[in-house]
Amino acid sequence: MLREIRPAILILLLLTAITGLAYPLAMTAIAGAIFPKQAQGSLIEKDGKVIGSALIGQEFKEDKYFHGRPSATLAPDPADPTKTVSAPYNAASSGGSNLGPTSKALADRIKEDFAKLKTENPAAPVPVDLVTTSGSGLDPDISPEGALFQVPRVAKARNLPDARVRELVVEHTQGRMAGLLGEPRVNVLALNLALDEISK
Amino acid sequence: MTVIGWIQILLYCAIVVALVKPLGWYMTRVFSGERTPLTPILRPVEAGLYWIGGVDEKREQHWLTYTVAMLLFHVGGFLIIYGLMRLQALLPFNPAGQSAVAQDLSFNTAMSFITNTNWQNYGGESTLSYLTQMLGLTPQNFLSAATGIALAVALIRGFSRSSMRTIGNFWVDVTRCTLYVLLPICIVYTLFLVWQGMPQTLGAYVEATTLEGAKQTIAVGPVASQVAIKMLGTNGGGFFNANASHPFENPTALSNLVQMISIFALGAALTNVFGRMVGNQRQGWAILAVMGVLFLSGVAVTYWAEANGTSTLSALGLSGGNMEGKEVRFGIVASSLFAVITTAASCGAVNAMHDSFTALGGMIPLLNIQLGEIIVGGVGAGMYGMLLFVVLAIFVAGLMVGRTPEFVGKKIEAREVKMAMLAILILPLMILGWTAVAVVFPPAVASMANAGPHGFTEVLYAFTSATGNNGSAFGGLTGNTFFYNLTLASSMFVGRFFMIVPAMALAGSLAAKKSIPPSAGTLPTTGGLFVGLVVGVILIIGGLTFFPALALGPIVEHLAMNANTLF
Repeated sequence: MLREIRPAILILLLLTAITGLAYPLAMTAIAGAIFPKQAQGSLIEKDGKVIGSALIGQEFKEDKYFHGRPSATLAPDPADPTKTVSAPYNAASSGGSNLGPTSKALADRIKEDFAKLKTENPAAPVPVDLVTTSGSGLDPDISPEGALFQVPRVAKARNLPDARVRELVVEHTQGRMAGLLGEPRVNVLALNLALDEISK
Repeated sequence: MTVIGWIQILLYCAIVVALVKPLGWYMTRVFSGERTPLTPILRPVEAGLYWIGGVDEKREQHWLTYTVAMLLFHVGGFLIIYGLMRLQALLPFNPAGQSAVAQDLSFNTAMSFITNTNWQNYGGESTLSYLTQMLGLTPQNFLSAATGIALAVALIRGFSRSSMRTIGNFWVDVTRCTLYVLLPICIVYTLFLVWQGMPQTLGAYVEATTLEGAKQTIAVGPVASQVAIKMLGTNGGGFFNANASHPFENPTALSNLVQMISIFALGAALTNVFGRMVGNQRQGWAILAVMGVLFLSGVAVTYWAEANGTSTLSALGLSGGNMEGKEVRFGIVASSLFAVITTAASCGAVNAMHDSFTALGGMIPLLNIQLGEIIVGGVGAGMYGMLLFVVLAIFVAGLMVGRTPEFVGKKIEAREVKMAMLAILILPLMILGWTAVAVVFPPAVASMANAGPHGFTEVLYAFTSATGNNGSAFGGLTGNTFFYNLTLASSMFVGRFFMIVPAMALAGSLAAKKSIPPSAGTLPTTGGLFVGLVVGVILIIGGLTFFPALALGPIVEHLAMNANTLF
């Protein structure tokens, strides 16, 4: 059995070097050359400044923008680092609410958000994605229903006709891949950028 | 549930089944030492490793030597991760300036990655440096997966050999698995993932100014290279805290489909390796059928439960299912399917938060792990786990007809059944034992995020996941405490190695036996009767062992939800 000690050390070190250094570093170099945009995080620049990533949701609170889903991400409390505070769309600390189906805290949160949305647009049924947090807290998308629901508010804030904003939502709705995979969705950041573009 | 949802599920199954034969053919050649299309490129590297490592590839090992070699290999792996985590603040590739990780968390994480569990008591982007992720975690993603496959192949050799003392050479099996199977697939896979939008960079976290003028720090890193092996090796430890629900760790519906396929691909192909090595591919398909029956039943329940939603949502007239903790791009069906796959295999990656699933939707992932993750299972671990149940099922059948049971030409006798039972009993011992301790220990109870039965399920899920080396979580539980770091680490250790040792003893005793030709009295083991029998034994053992615990957790929660009780 003692003869197994040498390979236990050397094979481990060699395979660790191959899989832990050579492989990730080579992949970083190759991926960076072939897909430079994606490899850096699909960043979006505007006037030379990074305004976010096409894949990462960001917080929108103003009426003139479409809002993403509620986000349950946290950040360390500046007053007491052992505690955390709510920090929606914190892309340095992803996570979900982890509240279960019989959680009173979850039920209260959903009811509150539901009531708010009902006052904003009493006519339409509230889409479920607008009152639930995503798994990552960074969901870049909302459902097409979730976008259409917000059209009256956004149109009013921007003095645009409803129909024009609705048109934009439809343009930015991505269907299922090959008509089959995934769910129809609207990327909130892309939609808001387009919105800023037409209101210029 | 929708038609398009079920089409997605069936498409997934069809692709996995289509990959079984080609991958099985390739892996059989790799582990038989035969020439493969990649031999011209990889053989010099392989030979170099043996030369430096002092490995005589012609010399095979007795099962005990094989097992000891495997254990020694893991001691080193443990020390590398632990060392990197403790020292990361002093080492390069740390642009985010992560500080040293605490002792108990480092211990837990090191144990987690050498056992193929990848339980995350840490948040990747907020705790670990790029070096720790690359040089500590990525290699163990490869090597724990390669170990699992090597062990499964060793057990398969036990069945396929006749009157031999040895079951293969551990060093050769691990090296060949890493170089010929895992690495080539991962290279192509990484590029695919980057193409889909996954970052692969050593640059620092990005500071963005959002459209509304707020600051957003966006964590990036060498994500794709780690995610490729995380999925293919059924490891499951995410680069980011939110794992495969993070848009960088699973950007599109297509990346999601391929990730799900890669969880099952190698595990499913091992049934074909088994069939080829014992000289009867139908035997492999029969075992895959057992897995398929259990898998589709689980998918149906979870999909139905999640599509139905919760009483809170339906009271407000919100339709569209339980979207709490799920991403819009995946929706209900791809999230439910992913949850069942990741727990049927011992992957543990998640693309939706299991803690926020409905009671019954979340019970299936729990039950999948408790059944021993034999529905395809972890790469290798699922195969040897399933073979333990097959031994038991054959034994039960033998008792019923009053003949010495046989399986693929091997007599199943007292020693084999004892070893199989020993391995199977480890699971409930750790899961139920530690859960019982945790729920009466006040500091452990304080870690629960949800009250009522859901809190109990969080604890039960944690010990189930750790013992089963799964790594998914009901993430609300605060696991990064002294109690959970140590108890979960012990569950991972016992759940992995105390199952492996009896399995290897079984391999040794089977290899030593003569193969006997089937006779008129041999139970046919490739037909529906065999499939039904094995499914029955798995459900009876799992059901009897875990039903009381499930009744206290998800089942009572489901009843409470229907009665509109909140906690």
